[in-house]
Amino acid sequence: LAARAERAGDLVKVIGEDRRGGISIYGSGRSYGDSALNSNGHSCLTGRLNRILGFDEATGLVEVEPGVTFRQLMDVFLPKGWLVPVTPGTSFATIGGAVAHDVHGKNHESDGSFGQHVTEIDLMTPDGSLRTLGPRSRPAWFRATCGGCGLTGIMTRIAFRMRRVPSGYVRVAKRRLETLESFLEAFEESRDASYSVGWVDALARGRDLGRGILETAEPAADARPVAAATRERAVPFELPLSLVNPMSVKAFNAVYFHSASKEGSTALKSYRSFLYPLDAVGDWNRIYGKRGFHQFQCVVPFSEGGNALRRLLETISSSGAPSSLTVLKRLGPGRAGYLSFPMEGYTLAVDFPNSAAVESLYRDLVHVTLDHGGRVYLAKDALLWPEAFAQMYPELGEFRQVIAELDPAARLQSDMARRLQVRPC
Amino acid sequence: VAAPETWVLLGASSPIGRAFAEQVARNGSHLILAGRDIEDLEATAAHLRIATAASVEVSRFDAGDLSSHAAAAEGWAQQPGRLNVVLLFASMPEQQDMDDAPDLARDCIATTYLGAVSILHHLAPHIEARKAGTVIGIGSVAGDRGRLKNYIYGSAKSGLHTYLAGLRNRLARSGAHVLTAKLGFVDTALTWGTPGVFLVASPQMVARKCLAAARRKRNVCYVPWFWSPIMLIIRLVPEAIFKRLSI
Repeated sequence: LAARAERAGDLVKVIGEDRRGGISIYGSGRSYGDSALNSNGHSCLTGRLNRILGFDEATGLVEVEPGVTFRQLMDVFLPKGWLVPVTPGTSFATIGGAVAHDVHGKNHESDGSFGQHVTEIDLMTPDGSLRTLGPRSRPAWFRATCGGCGLTGIMTRIAFRMRRVPSGYVRVAKRRLETLESFLEAFEESRDASYSVGWVDALARGRDLGRGILETAEPAADARPVAAATRERAVPFELPLSLVNPMSVKAFNAVYFHSASKEGSTALKSYRSFLYPLDAVGDWNRIYGKRGFHQFQCVVPFSEGGNALRRLLETISSSGAPSSLTVLKRLGPGRAGYLSFPMEGYTLAVDFPNSAAVESLYRDLVHVTLDHGGRVYLAKDALLWPEAFAQMYPELGEFRQVIAELDPAARLQSDMARRLQVRPC
Repeated sequence: VAAPETWVLLGASSPIGRAFAEQVARNGSHLILAGRDIEDLEATAAHLRIATAASVEVSRFDAGDLSSHAAAAEGWAQQPGRLNVVLLFASMPEQQDMDDAPDLARDCIATTYLGAVSILHHLAPHIEARKAGTVIGIGSVAGDRGRLKNYIYGSAKSGLHTYLAGLRNRLARSGAHVLTAKLGFVDTALTWGTPGVFLVASPQMVARKCLAAARRKRNVCYVPWFWSPIMLIIRLVPEAIFKRLSI
């Protein structure tokens, strides 16, 4: 059962009532996990709370309602020369969701997580009161809200700083790397790049293991006007079977890998197409068929980097599970909350079509991650279990203290909160 | 440069009102967001100023406070150029609640019909004097025939339809236009979570269709269009049969 707040004034009613099964907070539903879902309970939809409440041209400080999407911000601000400081890989995500998962982008090493750019949050807690949180004014509550998966309350206003960009374009350098070692070296060399992201051929084995393509990008001082959103093509219906299978992915990966040259090439790309490549195809998830897919995303410390990645990739490629969208990035230490994902290290994200075998593969990958002192990203997760979660997130105790204070009746609920026993049982 | 134009949105904090505001703001018009929830209207105004560079003002307006209507209309009419009005507000309590509490029925009519006629009647002379302008009255398919599930609200909207037809007749003489837009189910708080609601239109689509119909000087339109044949059939059912139905 869902309640939708049509305006901020409705929220007290929505959150203040004691509802059977509790209530979760749901933005655009772009998380791959179950942090916004609440089976047998209620959800509060924030999609209509999508106004930009203020903007300071001098400092770039913007104030928004939680349902504002990255797409809206790009449409409004990029033509004026402003860009969000940090963005996830889809522009359909909301700012509320970005704070609740303390998301990172392709610039985490240099710019940190989204929550680190937030200066103020107005939070409505389940008792109906509205409080203003900042990293300094109420640090514990702020740290519980950033990355807190919506378990501290509903954000009604989020303030953060946009940044100036010289144009709507980036200059993207792209080259292919034949081995995992050369890949990691190339990553290391491009540490100073503004943006960097790697694609890995997850089906490659043996000496090809970990081969892939590295993309780095710098803002381009190009005077061309900003590209309008391209006309969207969409997958028209849910396919009966997944198109993503070992054969199609093997073929796709081989073709894609060889599409980039060894020597490297550069091209001018719009921010839209560089930051949000998948947004160009509407409802792309439908190619996985009605069973959908799981994404596994973990981070492992640099010190363990090569070994851990090798083990993860070996586990994936020997399972034969087809992953076409395998992404490797470097993360810095920046994190804003107790349950934030980032730590200094490599992050690997892998998509698998859902099948009976996926759960055991996922478990194997979690164990490898734990062995190397890494953690799994809650924004993408639907399969982790409580003990592994507690081991990966050492600040869980602090988080629990805050939510016990802000939501003593445990009204805010989600499938994820129950699955991971975020509140101790 | 286009001639200055003002859009007064009566009931602007509704989702349909916000959708209208976003669309007329893009044309560089002056917007007056009128309604009761000033804090909410200020937030919409801030959003529009940032996202569109339109000039926007917020005006406190209570449809139920009839004595304030003359001054409100006078104030809005201070703006130069064409005066356009979108009448959005209505009150739709559950029919069952109104059957149980007849006073609630009176409130529904007071807002949906009396309040609407009152403010439009105060605005009409100002529109006439300018010899141009557009009035978009948001009506409802509920006004096409009285039926069990919402006949109080339906009767108020039916009255509004008749009023708008007369106003159209009157304003046509001075070159202004009146559109009656009869809406089916729209994805708003009125329909959210209600069982049996189907073919729901988005507020954005409603605003777009209404503005397009007004530009083409349509007199009456159904939004979405397919309610036109549906309501034709519903109107054609003989009363002897209709009174036994519960649709």
